[in-house]
Order: sequence, then structure tokens, then C-alpha cells
Amino acid sequence: MSDSVKPMNSPEPLGQLPKPVTSMPSLAKVEAGHRAHTPSAVLAKIRTSHPRSSRVPDQIFGVIILLSAISVFAIVVLVVWELVSKSQLSLHQFGLKFFYGHDWDPVNGNFGAMPFIYGTLVSSLLALVLAVPLSVGVAVFITEMCPQSLRAIISFLVELLAAIPSVIYGLWAIFVLAPLLRVYVEPFLAKTLGWTGLFSGTPYGLGMLAAGIILAIMIVPIIASITREVLIAVPQNQREAVLALGATRWEMIRIGVLRNARIGIVGGIILGLGRALGETMAVTMVIGNTPQIAKSLFAPGYTMASVIANEFSEATGDLYLSALVEIGLALFLVTLVVNALARLLVWSITGGTARVRA
Amino acid sequence: MGVGIEVHGLNAWYGKNLALNSIDMSVPANHVTAVIGPSGCGKSTFVRCLNRMHETIPEAYAEGSVKVGEMDVYGSGSDPVEVRRRIGMVFQKPNPFPTMSIYGNVAAGLKLNGFRNRKQMDELVERSLRLAALWDEVKDNLHKKSGASLSGGQQQRLCIARALAVEPEVLLMDEPASALDPISTSKIEELIFQLKQHYTVVIVTHNMQQAARVAELTGFFLMGSLIEYDKTEKIFTTPADKRTEDYVTGRFG
Repeated sequence: MSDSVKPMNSPEPLGQLPKPVTSMPSLAKVEAGHRAHTPSAVLAKIRTSHPRSSRVPDQIFGVIILLSAISVFAIVVLVVWELVSKSQLSLHQFGLKFFYGHDWDPVNGNFGAMPFIYGTLVSSLLALVLAVPLSVGVAVFITEMCPQSLRAIISFLVELLAAIPSVIYGLWAIFVLAPLLRVYVEPFLAKTLGWTGLFSGTPYGLGMLAAGIILAIMIVPIIASITREVLIAVPQNQREAVLALGATRWEMIRIGVLRNARIGIVGGIILGLGRALGETMAVTMVIGNTPQIAKSLFAPGYTMASVIANEFSEATGDLYLSALVEIGLALFLVTLVVNALARLLVWSITGGTARVRA
Repeated sequence: MGVGIEVHGLNAWYGKNLALNSIDMSVPANHVTAVIGPSGCGKSTFVRCLNRMHETIPEAYAEGSVKVGEMDVYGSGSDPVEVRRRIGMVFQKPNPFPTMSIYGNVAAGLKLNGFRNRKQMDELVERSLRLAALWDEVKDNLHKKSGASLSGGQQQRLCIARALAVEPEVLLMDEPASALDPISTSKIEELIFQLKQHYTVVIVTHNMQQAARVAELTGFFLMGSLIEYDKTEKIFTTPADKRTEDYVTGRFG
């Protein structure tokens, strides 16, 4: 600061400063000046070559961009086409009943996807319930309250969580999480919240609850790092505006930061949910792999991704294989519906204001 | 009604950098006081010290004595939240809340203060918008339109209304018109002139004509010091200090 103001003190450079302009030259004079002026050779060359050189690259660029946009669309169409055509047998055999049927009996050739759809939805929902408050809390701490020196370390650790392979999470869940749940957490939940019916039955350790928790741990880094980026992007002047009205720190975070960032946060949650719905390995290792619909979260379950991974290699017979592909189709549809619902949610909470957001 | 501000020995730092060097200044109630000076001279820092916004920047702190009316801003029992509730602030860049309606923006401060009475709130919002000379332009879209959908000049008047809604005793304005076009600027200036009936206004500006137009008193800052502080007329016609004269005649800055 001190060196930038220095010249103001020394009298010499002040005298050399040009006098302020007192009157503007009239427009006519300026234009006449332009016409009389002959452009230099370089300028002339740029002017003549410019139109030719810009049009062709722009067209090439446009085609490349269009192709990439179309390719995304084409991949989706191809995936759906493949799923539908490979599951024809099962589609014809069971029709819509496949999606709400409860039986999964490969020996007798009876296939219903409901237990898997249920398992996928419940484990993912449980994961969201646990992960969203934690992730938003982590992001708020990193951006608003953390000392500068800790900020990079915590961000790095959060992102490191995302880099751990899911099979490692699965192993950790089997050897550490499940025993903890069996011995401490589940008996405690059964005692205090058993009356809800959600926490009753034998505490196995492995089951829907374990799957939900391990999924939550896996999606925290996704939601937290996206939320952190969104919070950082909230302009500082929004925070100042709230503070200057006489807000406490918590009010400032709630009104000046989270409220402005809510669309981005929901976007992060949707991405996390996408990962939870499709996650296979860790869930397969801890959920118990039993195709049933049980009210208690202690009971084992099964997810769509898990059943495909577990049974695809041993599927004997065309109908069995076809049913597994149709499970894949169901997973695709569930993901589509969940995403659509999430968009609808964003649209409804923001009303018209989302569009004018800078 | 506005109250006066007494500043004694105010020092402000950014980390190890001294930005304000023992400022003494007495701002009278119900007057407009302008603070001018070249970029980096500490004029924004000075007004941000008056409502303790300065310390919200990491590693920034201030010490000294600032009395706003009876309130000791840097006293041991003083709460920055309480200070800011009583001293309104308008910033350089209009910063309405984009996720709130026009009504919501003005009512935001009231809601923060635990104000819940709907009918009274309607009245206060209308009064504030009228004071800020924005009511006629927005009265049909109070709830429909977002604060961010207004033009830049309207947004700044909305921010003024938002600051006025909580009925502060002092209004601080940090270059409130520097991001606006000439027509919006003249509306804001006219507004500032009106506001001094109810409030004490301190305005930071790098536009000397603006200071001459709206302010009765003007302080000239240079390198973190208050060089000269006097009636605006005196500052612009017969300043006592050579540096003030150089600045107001456009020889630097």
C-alpha cells in the first residue's frame, strides 16, 4: 500500500501529469479524423484476412461441438435399446408384473424385481438422510469457519475419501462397521427407537442399515466437495449485506450463503444420489443379499446393482439372463425417475427466481 | 433521528499493514459527511470501522474509540451484531438478495430482528421503499419479482430501502453510485439529500463533484491519515493543506 501511494508525495511527477481534458472533440471531427487516416499495412492485412480466417474454423468448431452433444444422446439411446432388446424374453413372459412382483425364484423361473427396487431405494434414501447434513456441515465449516491453514488439509482429506476403491469400503464395513453395529449401535437403536418398527429384530450387523451407512460415507465427499465449490462461488458482498443488517454468523450463513447456494447444493445431492443408486461392490458386501422386503433396517436386503453383479455369471437359461437385464432396465428407469423428481423439487422451491439468478 | 459520531485515535490494520493512522473526526447528527481521497487511502476502511464491518475480513482489526450517539462501538461490552443493527450500510456494488422478492429483500432485516407482525411489516416495507424513492416503480411487483431482476440503479435503491427498514441511526454509504449510470446516480444523490432529515449519513466517494453536491462536510484522506476535515465549500475552494488542494484540483489521484 505504502509504495503505491508514494508518487503522490513527491512533487516532481505531479507537474508532468497531463491537464484534465476540459472539452470533448465533437463527433463530426472524430469521424472525419477516422476517414482521413490511412490504416497501416499490418492493420490492412488483418482487416482483409479476418473474415476468411474466422469463418472456416468456426464451422469446424461448431460441427465438433454438435457431434459431442449428439454422442451423449446417442449413448443413452443405445443403452436403452440394448437393455430393452436383451430383456425381450422376460418382458414378454412377465409384462409389468415383473416390476411389482415379489418373487425371485430362478429355480422355478419366477422373477419379480420389487425386492431389489425396494432395496436400492431404501439404502440410497438412508444414505442421503445421513450424508446430506454431514456434507453440508463439512462444506460450511471449510468455507466459513475453518482457519485458513486447516482449509486445504480438510478439503484434501474429504477428496481423498472419494478416491478410495469401493471394495476397500466394503472390507472395512465387514471388519469394522458391522461388528460395531451388531454390538453397540443396533442394540441401542432397538432399545430407544424399537417401537417405530424400523429398528427391530436380530441385530446381525450386516443388512440394510450397514449398506445405508457405507453408502453415506461414500457419497459424503461428492456432496461435500460440490457444496464447498458452490459456497465459495457465493459472492462476498452477499455475506456483507447480511452482516451489515446485524446478523449473527449463523444467520449470515443461513441467509447470505446457504440460501443463495441451494440450487447448487441440490445439484450436488443429485450427483451423490446417482452414485448411491448405482454403487455395487461395497453394498453387495454388506447388505446381506436376501431378496425380501422387510420393515426393519436391521434385516438383510438386496439391491438391483448387487443382484446383477452376483448372479450374472451363474445365470443359466435365457429367461434368467433376460430377467437380469431387465433388472438393469429397471435400475435405469429408477435413476431417471429419481433425477426427474429432484429437478422438479429444485424447480418448485426456487419458483421463478432460479431463472433470474446471476 | 440521527445521532452524531465521535472518532478518537482510530487505528485499523490488515494483518501487519496499518491502513488507518490515528483518525480523529467528529461527524454531526443529521448531516451528510463525505469522505474523499485517492484509491487505497483508507476511506472505505474508515467507514467500515464505524460499524465494525472491517473486522469481518480475515486478519483485519481496529482499535481506538468510536462513539455513535451514546453507543461505544469498540467498548468492552459492545456486540458487533448490535452495532450493525443500529448503523445501516450501503455498498459500492448493489447486493440485493437474488433468491428473495423485492418485499423479502426489504423485510430481511426486520425478520432478522425477530419482527413478525405482518401488517406492521407491510407498512415498514412501504415506508422504506418510499424513502428510497423506489415505491412507485416496484409497488405492483413486490412479491412477484426477485430483487435481482431490477436495474442496477433500482437495485441500489432497494439496498438503501433494505438498510433503512431497520430504522438505523446512521447510514454509511461506501461509493453507493460508482457502479451506476448518471441518471441513477442523480436519483441516489437526491435521495441522500432527503435522507439527512432522518439520518446521519457518511458517504465515501471518489467523485469530487458528488461530494460537493451532496455533503455539507468533507474529510480528505491520504495514505491512511485524515489530512483535512472541514465544510465542503472550504475544502473545495480554500483548503488549508497543499495536498488537499492538489487533490481537489485534479493534480493527482
